[in-house]
Amino acid sequence: MNLPLLDRAGASTLSHLEYVGDLVIQSGKTIHALGKTFPLIGNRHRWLSAIRQMLAIGVAAIPMVGIMACCAGFILAMQGASELRRFGAMQFVTDLVTIGFTRELGPLLTAIAVSGRSGSAFSAEIGTMMVTEEIDALRTMAIDPIEFVLAPKFFAALVMLPCLTILSNACGILAGGAFMRIANGTPFGMYLTAVTHSMVLRDVITGLVKSLAFATIIVHVGCLEGFKVRGGRCCRPIRNLRGR
Amino acid sequence: MSDPAISVRNLVVSYDGRRVLDGINLDVEHGETMVLLGGSGSGKSTLLRQIIGLERPQSGQVVVNGIDLNTSSQKELKKLHRSMGVAFQNAALFDSLSLEDNVALPLRELTRLDESTIRLMAWMKLSVVGLAEFRTLSPQALSGGMKKRAAVARALALDPEILVFDEPSAGLDPIVAAELDELILALKRAFDITVLVVTHEMASAFRIADRLAMLYKGSLITVGTKEELQTSSHPRIRQFLDRVPDPIFEQGNEKILERYVEGGAL
Repeated sequence: MNLPLLDRAGASTLSHLEYVGDLVIQSGKTIHALGKTFPLIGNRHRWLSAIRQMLAIGVAAIPMVGIMACCAGFILAMQGASELRRFGAMQFVTDLVTIGFTRELGPLLTAIAVSGRSGSAFSAEIGTMMVTEEIDALRTMAIDPIEFVLAPKFFAALVMLPCLTILSNACGILAGGAFMRIANGTPFGMYLTAVTHSMVLRDVITGLVKSLAFATIIVHVGCLEGFKVRGGRCCRPIRNLRGR
Repeated sequence: MSDPAISVRNLVVSYDGRRVLDGINLDVEHGETMVLLGGSGSGKSTLLRQIIGLERPQSGQVVVNGIDLNTSSQKELKKLHRSMGVAFQNAALFDSLSLEDNVALPLRELTRLDESTIRLMAWMKLSVVGLAEFRTLSPQALSGGMKKRAAVARALALDPEILVFDEPSAGLDPIVAAELDELILALKRAFDITVLVVTHEMASAFRIADRLAMLYKGSLITVGTKEELQTSSHPRIRQFLDRVPDPIFEQGNEKILERYVEGGAL
């Protein structure tokens, strides 16, 4: 029996369980503090901070999400058409792009873009605050770092990811229409009519719910990686990479 | 006699099975300036983190302003933090905020004062440390000494009963370090607060301390007045005061140099 191997497996399991536990505790505290970020009923400073975060997470990500969705929509339509053409089923390209984006690709592409841009930025920002003792300073000023730093980011992500997902869906579907116009000569109006027929409200809502789940994961993993930074500046880049 | 402002009893702290603090007992009286001395890795910062409530004691007891940190609720801990100002080693100012906003931050977060009063109070605290004219600047635009003074202004924002300094002179030139010492003395005279300073700068320690405590490898080897420390015959204290390197370190260095001279690798 290889005891060191078992030891390592046990230690790794415990470490992963501890990580999940930390995520759950952090999420609980954030949900508890989330009310402070609401407009009118919350803390004015948190709400202003949440707006700044919305600009950073959402508005600044529009070009990247738009370009990614356009490319993915065009390629999905192109690849789908190359197969469906053989069966004379080009009309199903519309269904493929519409259902593919509203159910899966829209929220997924948005999550990839936001986690790449903002998830690692969260861990870098909080990691730097840990190293420069700013988080400790907040605690010694009786200010909860979760409420001060994390809650506005979480609220902003919960608002902006569904918005970006809608944008991603729209860009992907329009790019599919562009392909159909170029490759098949399908008029754009006709394509959009077909889109409205194949789009189901339940798919759209499912995609938006997924985007909320992705927002939760991106913010909490990114921020937890930041909060786990210890010691000198040397360990911060490693944590940033893990934050992605 | 009233209870001490800070009371530490049999405090033990271990990280990964290694004892960093081993049975620390320390009292800091109200209005006293206590300086915690010790070399690098002696446990000064760990003890400081325990006293300012950033970590809970693993064993033993830490009582600050009558609040037992072992059993305190989050509400009690917040109450303690409101009565305590901490000036961190790296100042820990928020670069995204101006100096004035840094000082105003605890006032905005923890009081219901109107904005004009908050600004006035921030200006007053910055005046105390001589930085009122720089209030609109970002911390990035300040020198190391100015940052430390700004951190003191922020620590004073809520009129604390206890003021804590972590390595106030570290990284400063002797003139700026001396100015900071004078600032600490002036603050103590003006506000009659309890001051706890962690440092390894001997000149600074002897200038500001009422009493000094020295840590060595996680244990307190002495607590006493300046005179008691200066006349102590404890070998570690003498070594620290006389700036004598460890013999093992010296021998090790000599061997390395000998090998280098003989053409070997370092």
